[in-house]
Amino acid sequence: MSPLLGLILIPIVGAAFAIVGPNPRKTAIFAAALNFLGAIALFGMCKPEEGFQFFSTFPLLPELGISLTLGADGLSVAMLLLSTAVTLAAVCVARSPQANANWFYGSLLFISAGAIGAFASVDVFLFYMFHELALIPTFLLIGIWGSGDRRAAAWKITVYLAFGSFVLLVGLIGLYLSMPEGSRSFNLLDMQKYAQPTAAVYLLLFFGFGILVSLFPFHTWAPQAYASAPAPAAMLHAGVLKKFGLYGILRLVTPIFPVEVTAPFNTLLLVLLAGNILYVGLATISQRKLDLMLGYSSVMHMGYIFLGILAWNQIGLTGAALTMVAHGLSVAALFALSGELRERTGTLEFSELGGLAKAMPSFGLLFGFAAMASVGLPGFANFAGELLIFFGAFKAGAPVGEGFNNFQIATVIAVWGVVISAVYMLRAYRRIFMGPLNDRWKSLAEIATLPRLCVVGLLVLLLIAGFFPQLLINYIAPALRP
Amino acid sequence: MIVIPSITLEISVVVIGIFLLMAEAFFPSADKRHIGWTAVLGLGFVFVISFLVADFSGLRENVAFYVMDSLGMFFKRFMLLATALTIILAMDYAPVYAKYVPSTSPGAGVGEFFVLPIFACAGLMWMVSAADFVMIFVALELVTITFYILVASMRRNIGSLEAGVKYLILGALSTGFLVYGITWLFGLTGHTSLAGIQKVVPNVVAPFQPGLFFGLGLVLVALGFKIAAAPFQFWVPDVYQGAPTPVTAYLSVASKAAGFVVLLRVVETFFFAPRLDPVLASKIVTALAILAGLTLIYGNLAALPQNNLKRLLAYSSIAHAGYLLVALASLSSPTAEPAIAFYLGGYLLMTFLAFFVMVQVANVAGRDEIADFAGLGRRAPALAFGMLVAMLSLAGLPFTVGFYGKFLIFVSAWQSSQFVLVGIGAVTVACGFYYYLKVVMAMYWQPAPDEAPPIPVAPFTKFVIFALVAAIFVFGVWPEPILAALR
Repeated sequence: MSPLLGLILIPIVGAAFAIVGPNPRKTAIFAAALNFLGAIALFGMCKPEEGFQFFSTFPLLPELGISLTLGADGLSVAMLLLSTAVTLAAVCVARSPQANANWFYGSLLFISAGAIGAFASVDVFLFYMFHELALIPTFLLIGIWGSGDRRAAAWKITVYLAFGSFVLLVGLIGLYLSMPEGSRSFNLLDMQKYAQPTAAVYLLLFFGFGILVSLFPFHTWAPQAYASAPAPAAMLHAGVLKKFGLYGILRLVTPIFPVEVTAPFNTLLLVLLAGNILYVGLATISQRKLDLMLGYSSVMHMGYIFLGILAWNQIGLTGAALTMVAHGLSVAALFALSGELRERTGTLEFSELGGLAKAMPSFGLLFGFAAMASVGLPGFANFAGELLIFFGAFKAGAPVGEGFNNFQIATVIAVWGVVISAVYMLRAYRRIFMGPLNDRWKSLAEIATLPRLCVVGLLVLLLIAGFFPQLLINYIAPALRP
Repeated sequence: MIVIPSITLEISVVVIGIFLLMAEAFFPSADKRHIGWTAVLGLGFVFVISFLVADFSGLRENVAFYVMDSLGMFFKRFMLLATALTIILAMDYAPVYAKYVPSTSPGAGVGEFFVLPIFACAGLMWMVSAADFVMIFVALELVTITFYILVASMRRNIGSLEAGVKYLILGALSTGFLVYGITWLFGLTGHTSLAGIQKVVPNVVAPFQPGLFFGLGLVLVALGFKIAAAPFQFWVPDVYQGAPTPVTAYLSVASKAAGFVVLLRVVETFFFAPRLDPVLASKIVTALAILAGLTLIYGNLAALPQNNLKRLLAYSSIAHAGYLLVALASLSSPTAEPAIAFYLGGYLLMTFLAFFVMVQVANVAGRDEIADFAGLGRRAPALAFGMLVAMLSLAGLPFTVGFYGKFLIFVSAWQSSQFVLVGIGAVTVACGFYYYLKVVMAMYWQPAPDEAPPIPVAPFTKFVIFALVAAIFVFGVWPEPILAALR
C-alpha cells in the first residue's frame, strides 16, 4: 500500500470523526498534524530524480483505462507539503463557531483531502474527481460561516467553479480521445506519451484550468469569495486549492502540447495574464477593505505564474512552480492574520483602522513580514520564484529584429506589477498599523500563541525556501523537464 | 442450474398482481400494508429468479416480437427494483393517500395503490424486451393505462384529478402519434417487427424515403411524450406535482427508462441497418440532436426559479432526459448504449433517494415546498445527508453515480463530434448546480423554524435510504459492476 493512500485517508477519516465525534477541533488538529508529519516524511523519502514513485493502483473502469492510481514525484511531494502545512495552520487558527462546529471542521478537512488527493493522483480522472470534492464544503463554509455578502459569494464561487470544472472535464475527454485507439487510458504517464491533441483541446484545458485559477477575465468569483469566506477556508482555497489548476497545467498542458499547437495563442494568453497583473493590480489598489484587497491580490499573483508557464522553458516553469508554493504559504499567512484582525475589531475597513501596531506590536510585525513576502522581497521564496519567471519569460518567444517580442513586453508589464503590489501592500500596512491609534482599539488583545506559532511557521518555511531555493528546485525541476 | 424461460418473469409478475388484487378484495384486512409487503417480497423473489433465466440470445430469429439480451435483462431487473421501491415508498405515503380516498374505515382504500404498480411493472418489463411495433404498442398501453389510474387515484384531491385528466389527454394524443407512425412504417416496409424493418429499410427507394423519415418522426414524437423530451414536455410539471408522490417517482424513473429503451431499439433499427443511406442516418441524428438540445435548455432553465421540490424534480427529470438524448444522438460511439443504461441506473438510485427523503419531510410539513427543508441539517441530520447526496448526485458531482453517467455521455458525444451539444451541456451542468444546491442551501444555511415537529422515519425506510446512499457512492467510485451487467 502506498503511503499516499494514508495521506488522503487521514483527513477523510478525520473529517468523519470530527462530524460524529465529541471534540471536533482536537480531532481536526490531530489529523492535520499527523498529515503534516506524514508529508515531511514523504519529502524525506522522495528521490526526485526518479520520477513518479510510491505507486499503488486499483482498477476502477478498465474498459476506459480509469484506475485509482496514486503516485508522486518531486513536484507532487512539494505540493503535498504545502497542502498539509496550510491545512495544519488553517485548522489551528480556526475559531470554533457556536453551532455545528463539527461540520465546520469536517468541511475544512474535506477540502484538504480533495487537494491532497488531487496532488497524489497519477490517474487524471481521479485527479479531477478529487478536486471536485472540495466544491461542496466550500459552499457550506462560505454560506454558513462567512461574513459580509456571504450568500452571493458562495453561489458565485460554486456555480462558476462547477462551470469551469465542466469545461475542464470536456477538455480531458478531448485529450483522452486524442490518444490512438488501443493505448487510451487516463494514466498521466500514458497521456503524456500518446496524446496528440488539437488546438481546441488546448484552449479547453487552458481555460478550464484558467477559470479555476481565476485567469482574467474569469476572476470575478475569487475576490468576493475569499473576502467572505471564514479565514481557514480562504487559506485553504487561495493557498492550496487554487494551485490545483496551475498544477494541472504543468502536468497536462506543458508536457503534452507541442509548440506548434500552442504558439498561435500566446499573444492572446499574454494579454489576459497582463490583465491579471495590471487590471486586477490596479483594482487591488483601489480596495478599501483588507479582505477584498487580499482577495484581489491573490488573483493578481496568478498572472506571474501564468507568465512563467507560458514561457514554456525550464527556467519559467520552475519559477512558476516555486511561486505556486511560495504564494500558497504567504497568502495563507495573510488570510490567517486578516481573520484574526476581523475577530478583534469586527471590521476590516481601512478608514476605521489605524495605529494598531501600537496596540499589538507582534501582530504588526508578523503582518509586515507576510506582506513583504507577498510583494516579493528578496529573502522570501516569492522573490526567487518571480525572478525565475521573469528570466524565463524574457528568454521566451521568437526574436523580432530590434524591438521586444510579445513575451518581453509582457515581462516588462509584469515587473511593473511588482511595483503595484508594493504600493497596495505598503498602503494597507500604513493605514492599518501606522498613524494615530483610534481609542476604540486601545485594548485590543495581542495575537494568541497558537495562531502566532502557525503564522511564524508559514513565514519560516518561506524564509527557508527564500534563502535556499535550490532545496525546492531540486525537487521541482526534474518533474518539469521539457 | 435450473434454466427458466425468460418470459416466465413477466408472467409471474402478472400472477402476483392478480393474486394480490384478489386478496385485497376478498380478505379485507385492517392493515393494508400486508399487501404491500407481500408485493415487495414477490417482486424480490422474481428479481432473484431473474438470475436463473436462460440466455435466449438465439431467440431473435425465431420469435420476432420478443428479444432477450443483456440490455433487456438489465432493464427487467431495473423495473423490478423500481417497482419494489415505489411500493415501499407508497407505504410511507399511505397516510396522506388515505386522506384523499373515500373509504368506509380509515386506511381501507389504499389497497389498490400497492397492487397497481405491479401491473405497470409487467408492462414495463415487456416494453424493454419488445422488438415488434405491435408488442411495443400493447406493452406501452398496459403501462400507460395503469398510470392513468395511479396518477388520478387520490380521488378527493383536486391536484391529482387535474393531473389525471392532463395525463390522459396527452397520453391519448401520443398514442395517436405512435399508431399513425407505425402505419406509415408498416406501409412502406411491410413489417411491424424491428428486425424485418431493418432488413427492408435500405431497399426503400428514394421517393419513399421522406415517408420513412416521417413515420419514424411520428414514433419519435410519441416516445418523446413518454420520456418528457422538449417540446413534448408540457404535461410533465403539472402531472408530476399533482400525482401521489410515489407515482411521481415511478413515472419519472421507470416510465422514462422504458421509453428510452424502446427509443434506443427503434433508433438502432434504422441507424444500424446495413447499407443505410447516409443522408437518412444524418437526418435521424440531427433530429435527435435538436431534441436533445431543446430538452437540455428547457429543462434546466425552467428548473431555476422553482420553489416546490416536486416541481423542481419534474423539471430536473426533463433535464436528465436531455442528457440521455445527447447519448442517443451520439449513437455512432460504442460507449453510447452503455452510457444510457448506466445513466438510467444511476438516475433510479438518486431520484428514489430524493423522493424517499421528500416523502418523510412532506408527511410532517403537509406540502412539498423547498422552504420546508429549512434547517433539516440540524433537525434530522441523517435525512438531510440523504437529500444532500441525492442532490449532489443529480447535479453530477464526482464520487457519486451521477458523475460517471454524465462523463460517459459526454465521452460518447465528443467521440461522435456532437460539439454543440457538449457546449450546451457545459452551461446546463452549471445551471444544475444552482437549482440542486438550492435544496442544500435550505437544509444547511437556513435555521429551522421554531417548534418544528420531529420527523419519524420507519426502520425499513431508514434501511432503504442508507442502502441508496451507499449504492450511489459505491457505483460512483466503482462503476464496473453495472457496466459488466450490460455486456
